[in-house]
Amino acid sequence: MAIEKFITTISRVVPIPIEEIDTDQIIPARFLKATDKKGFGDNLFRDWRYDKNNQPIADFPLNNPKYSGCILVGGKNFGCGSSREHAAWAIADYGFKVVVSSFFADIFKNNVLNNGVLPVQVSEAFLAKIFAAVDANPATELKVDLVNQTITLVATNESEGFEINAYKKDCLLNGFDDIDYLISKLPEIEAFEKKYKG
Amino acid sequence: MGKTLFDKIWDAHVVTEIQDGPSILYIDRQFIHEVTSPQAFTGIEGRGRKVFRPSQITATADHNIPTMDQHLPIKEYLSAFQVEKLKENSARHGITYYGLGDEFNGIVHVVGPELGYTQPGMTIVCGDSHTSTHGAFGAVAFGVGTSEVEMVFASQCIMQPKPKRMRITIDGELGKGVTSKDVILYILSKLTASGATGYFIEYAGSTIRNMSMEARMTVCNMSIELGARGGMIAPDQKTFDYVKGRKYAPQGADFDKAVATWKQLYSDADATFDKEYTFDAADIIPMITYGTNPGLGMKITDKIPSLASVDPSTKDTFVKALQYMGFEPEQQLLGKEVDWVFVGSCTNGRIEDFRLLAAMLKGRKRAPHINTYIVPGSYLVEKQIKEEGLDKIFAEADVELRQPGCSSCLAMNEDKVPSGKYCVATSNRNFEGRQGPGARTILASPLTAAAAIITGKITDPREFL
Repeated sequence: MAIEKFITTISRVVPIPIEEIDTDQIIPARFLKATDKKGFGDNLFRDWRYDKNNQPIADFPLNNPKYSGCILVGGKNFGCGSSREHAAWAIADYGFKVVVSSFFADIFKNNVLNNGVLPVQVSEAFLAKIFAAVDANPATELKVDLVNQTITLVATNESEGFEINAYKKDCLLNGFDDIDYLISKLPEIEAFEKKYKG
Repeated sequence: MGKTLFDKIWDAHVVTEIQDGPSILYIDRQFIHEVTSPQAFTGIEGRGRKVFRPSQITATADHNIPTMDQHLPIKEYLSAFQVEKLKENSARHGITYYGLGDEFNGIVHVVGPELGYTQPGMTIVCGDSHTSTHGAFGAVAFGVGTSEVEMVFASQCIMQPKPKRMRITIDGELGKGVTSKDVILYILSKLTASGATGYFIEYAGSTIRNMSMEARMTVCNMSIELGARGGMIAPDQKTFDYVKGRKYAPQGADFDKAVATWKQLYSDADATFDKEYTFDAADIIPMITYGTNPGLGMKITDKIPSLASVDPSTKDTFVKALQYMGFEPEQQLLGKEVDWVFVGSCTNGRIEDFRLLAAMLKGRKRAPHINTYIVPGSYLVEKQIKEEGLDKIFAEADVELRQPGCSSCLAMNEDKVPSGKYCVATSNRNFEGRQGPGARTILASPLTAAAAIITGKITDPREFL
């Protein structure tokens, strides 16, 4: 069961310049009752996106027609809190391919990677630059190049490198899946067990 | 060079390392619950496979269940369906399942230790961030996503980059009315909600050593709130005594053999950590949070920070948090009227927590306007509450004891706090809407929660001691 292959992405962005965005905001607990992975995008950022009467809140970036694209940009410590992978499913289901922040929570980072969404960690300064550029011109585009591990503001060509381990990069570029990989390693795992359990 | 406690356990579980990539890490025990496992079962079945090592997996229903009338069918259709799925999936794959009404049912992180599944030296995962709780036994325990739950189903392994190591040392005696919950809220207020991201924490020092196993679990439980991968404490005689005789612990000669191995589980004197912090227990008093992440906490007698004192880069987040909570900068919260009190969760839902609550409520009454959710962490905790007669003290204080479950910690069931209302909660997260849309959560210890039940206000529990 392969994940979707990641290709170089040029897109407008959806900015949410808030820090400490926890996974309870990305997908509130009351929407975790499904037993499949579909449809979570409808409730992405539910309580920031809709008011008590389920009416869209006009100035929330996901509702604001000024913003579009498959790159989500959030403030520092994005995805903290609950380990719910539903947050990654919601982001992927909504159509995002890349999440950019100056800092990601560990479990969230693994979760998005396991769903073919690339977390790009940039410096505080570059993140501020992105937010400023999008604020000045909502049509601002970012280019995310996984092969060369760079993120670029297309209009000004300002660029920064980002880190990803070689294994995960290979998985994303080729659409490989950790579970298939582990299944291929079962003989080695069984040998380990034998030694380990004595 | 010496090894840290964390390295000793991690290294013993590495099947193989991928160059410039993660390690394949062998997992001794996986706990599962109804919310984060169904897609992993669907996934593995879609690959045409069975669970690889079902005897190393334990299932409990906890997140979604009602805490009243558990003998009746679950009313809410989706919750009932999820719980039913867990039961069916567990049966189909030969996994032990503790469902509603089972004498061993309860919150996964309460059940694991009390049944002796949780043991020193183990690697433990669960699709739940508070898996760090089990670290109190000197285990490498951490939360994972559903893809990783499926990895363990398929191979009893996950793929993980090795985190960095942090040690937090706290020395000295805690003052009267200061609990382990105050210790971890204090650490959070100093390090922030991202202060340990990328690290695995070892808690050390005389303050930690002097804590009971229950109190240590509370500290380790909230490691994830610091952003840490997990938190752990070297096992000692208290740990061995706690584990001894429990249902799934090694028995007899096997136990003695295990203890001999467990005694090797400590950080060597010359082991080095990537980061170290030290705190003085004398500086810690009862703590509360005022914001919408657990790092936004303060001493109960303090005022909320002024706008001028907040780091300019975090000002917007600070202002947004206070707006949500209905608080002002420089406001003092002592005496602030609250509406609800929640005592329970994997953070503070163990017998010791209810003893603290009962000791303070004894001979006193609930303030008439206060609503409560008093929720044991497991059936065994509930049973012990009744055996010790604590339920009678609660009844005399006009406080209702509910049935076990995660309850109002994340309010997936009916145990919600209404929009705009304030709740003093012994749980672990004060995120926006955590206890229900619009609910405002103030995190605190069971003693501070008990004081709020009596006065109906945010109250320094030391007034009652």
